[in-house]
Amino acid sequence: MSVRRLDSLQPKSFKFNAENARWATAQMKKFPKGKQASTVIPLLWRAQEQHGGWLPEPAIRHIAEILDMAQIRVLEVATFYTMFNLSPVGKYFVQLCGTTPCMLRGAEEIKEVCRRVIGPQGQVTEDGVFSWLEVECLGACVNAPMVQINKDYYEDLTGEIFEQILMDLREGKEVPPGPQNGRQFSCPEGGPTTLLNGGAAKDGSPAKKPAVARRKPRAKGAGK
Amino acid sequence: MPKLIIDGTEIEVEDGITLIQACEAAGVQIPRFCYHERLSIAGNCRMCLVEVTGMPKPVASCALGVNDLRPAPDGTPPEIQTKSETVKMAREGVMEFLLINHPLDCPICDQGGECDLQDQAMTYGVDASRYAENKRAVEDKNIGPLIKTMMTRCIHCTRCVRFMSEVAGVEELGAIGRGEDVEITTYLEQGMRSELSGNVIDLCPVGALTSRPYAFAARPWELRKTETIDVMDALGSNIRVDTRGREVMRIMPRNNDDVNEEWISDKTRFIWDGLRTQRLDQPYIRKGGKLRPASWDEALAAVARRLKKAPGNRIAAIAGDLAAAEEIFALKDLLTGLGSPNMDCRQDGAALDPAKGRASYLFNSGIAEIDEADAILLIGTNPRVEAAVLNARIRERWRRGGLSVGLIGREAALTYDYDYLGAGPDTLRQVAAGKHPFHRVLKRAKRPMLILGQAALSGSDGAAVATLAAQIASATGMLASGSNGFNILHLAAARVGGLDLGFVPGKGGLNTAAILRAAKAGKLDVLYLLGADECNLEDLGNTFVIYQGTHGDAGAQAADVILPGAAYTEKSGTYVNMEGRTQLTQRAAFPPGDAREDWAIIRALSGHTGEPLAYDNLSALRGAMYDAHPHLAHIGAREAGDAADIEKLSKARAALGKKAFGQAVADFYLTNPIARASAVMGQMSALAGAPRTRATGTDG
Repeated sequence: MSVRRLDSLQPKSFKFNAENARWATAQMKKFPKGKQASTVIPLLWRAQEQHGGWLPEPAIRHIAEILDMAQIRVLEVATFYTMFNLSPVGKYFVQLCGTTPCMLRGAEEIKEVCRRVIGPQGQVTEDGVFSWLEVECLGACVNAPMVQINKDYYEDLTGEIFEQILMDLREGKEVPPGPQNGRQFSCPEGGPTTLLNGGAAKDGSPAKKPAVARRKPRAKGAGK
Repeated sequence: MPKLIIDGTEIEVEDGITLIQACEAAGVQIPRFCYHERLSIAGNCRMCLVEVTGMPKPVASCALGVNDLRPAPDGTPPEIQTKSETVKMAREGVMEFLLINHPLDCPICDQGGECDLQDQAMTYGVDASRYAENKRAVEDKNIGPLIKTMMTRCIHCTRCVRFMSEVAGVEELGAIGRGEDVEITTYLEQGMRSELSGNVIDLCPVGALTSRPYAFAARPWELRKTETIDVMDALGSNIRVDTRGREVMRIMPRNNDDVNEEWISDKTRFIWDGLRTQRLDQPYIRKGGKLRPASWDEALAAVARRLKKAPGNRIAAIAGDLAAAEEIFALKDLLTGLGSPNMDCRQDGAALDPAKGRASYLFNSGIAEIDEADAILLIGTNPRVEAAVLNARIRERWRRGGLSVGLIGREAALTYDYDYLGAGPDTLRQVAAGKHPFHRVLKRAKRPMLILGQAALSGSDGAAVATLAAQIASATGMLASGSNGFNILHLAAARVGGLDLGFVPGKGGLNTAAILRAAKAGKLDVLYLLGADECNLEDLGNTFVIYQGTHGDAGAQAADVILPGAAYTEKSGTYVNMEGRTQLTQRAAFPPGDAREDWAIIRALSGHTGEPLAYDNLSALRGAMYDAHPHLAHIGAREAGDAADIEKLSKARAALGKKAFGQAVADFYLTNPIARASAVMGQMSALAGAPRTRATGTDG
């Protein structure tokens, strides 16, 4: 982590749109009177969503006003949590996990792709499509290495597959999230390793079929 | 009352205190950075670690209550070690971590020599660093003209953040970022807007927040420290004036739980550059419309000639807001000797009269009593600018809960919630008549008090306002059972002293307004201004005006003869604060040039008029003063007024006007000649008046 600052280029003003304003009022009502400041994180989160994935300074002031908080208190929250982006991000914001399990399973390779295809960390590409950031563990270690693009996880990546995902996204194609090597969620790679007798219990009750089927692995060069 | 064994000594301590306080009670000093008695507990510096028998790890003694400790199964009290090897190692470890990112710039740091980190590193740290990596560097923040920041030095104790939001009541400072990257700043580096912000300089245990005006000016060990009293407001804050040679280098607070606790306002702290500029350092006589330097003999002779020529009733004197009791006493003697009853110490025309009894003009309950109050009615006052430290005390009481505050007068941004009752006399009449809901609030309260400000008293119906306030006090039980909740909030340090000495019009005498009117109409021959600058001196006709004071301000502009006097840091003078506490200033520096102590000037003048006053030195003067007013001899003690005076006051007839109460202090930073001569105060005043933008520091 490094020092996080508000971006030097800020919009003139920020206001919740009608729908978000209604939503914000409803959120505030969840807390006792006078404790509305408890909604600061959801509101900042919603402001970030409304503003294309990053949190501008006027939004901090706007939320301070809505919640009757000191501006500095809202700024403290916004700068404490790294999930609030204080500078603009690309249309597709790639958060790359670089923590130990992912690192051991090849996060470095993914990072290299990011550097090559997107550019330096924290910078938005000229066309505004991508930006990337290395983050701490996203909790999908079973499917390492992985990245989060906007709200979705893309798991079991290799450099090649990941580059392809980026290409597809750039061309506006839909890329299904989840494991990219064909495995189902976090099931064992290469098929089951336990309950190989079909799962028949000792009492002789009938075996259950696996509830999910294997997915087709992502084909090389798909979408070209 | 839990029992503890601290370093082998058994001690019984109060309920509800923390371990660090218990250790202190046992006489054991625990090192600390983030802990401060008057702030909330943060527990983030870890310097106060102690060992508690039975606990697996050292514990932060500031955050552990004594009631949370259990005796051993055999009934022996919990044992605490503060000098064990574990504790020593824990402290060394904490110290090492704190010093990892702390720069080794003590030689160029203003905190050097009085730095907690420096001292504790010497006492509890190890002798060398094992850290070879790069240190963290943090950008400095611009948080206004008063406070210089050097944020690389910050150890994140958050005392400043807690002080600003808890005591000052202004949520401006905050800690942004997290972990190693925490930075203390204001929102977008706006300047802090508080009257108490300077106190963070004292609270900062390192050199991250230092005084900007004092930057690189002196080292603590070069300074001569003089314990004295502040005169910027009528609170009488206890201060320490640090001087080097003839110059005041800085002003710091002293602890006095009954008066200012350990805070002082920014005006008190940063006024000192005003003591150097615009000073009157020699006598002047106006010749041909221009003031020309003169010798003392010439000036005094010129004054004496006029005084001797004028009949008594055509001589008048006005005492200013910063005058000490000694010179007021001497001036009163001089005027009485000349046969003049025209004297006044109430420049603003406040309806306060010693004839109505001492209780009628005192903050009767005492300042410390605010801690016990459960309902406060503010009438025509804005304590935040009129007595900033007292306002912090009301806030402290309010934060504990169960305090209702009502305000009659001009609405203001106080640092606590209040019910706005109304703008002026009409509302006051309703409350007094019991027709206002707040009357019930006061009546139900166990310790109600009202605070009556000068804005309400200085109107033409001031006396009626005082009477109505007395009626409220009487009707709501403020005067019951020995207590007295009828409080006057004064603005001038000299006011209570002047009223105590009876420096008010004698029989047939003129008050301030009448004196000024008479001067304009040519009915006055001589007007003696003893540091009086706060009244309208623009048109005094052909009256011969003598100004005795320290600064070339309004009074000096109007003067025909200027007699240069000594400022409050340059003389030993008696001041009585608003609650009636007699306090003594001490001389920290000498007056500049030919300026003299004020009582001595009046004594010398009396020699020239041919009727020398009966005292030749300060102790003789004080002797005479103490004979006439014995309570002034009790330095440091508070002489209370008689509650019966308030009952009497409430019986007076009251003809209330209609005009809403105004404001007594328009600009917190420029209330007296010293403040107006101070560049720092000028800057702060401009900043306070300006729209909210980024801080406008002088440099950096």
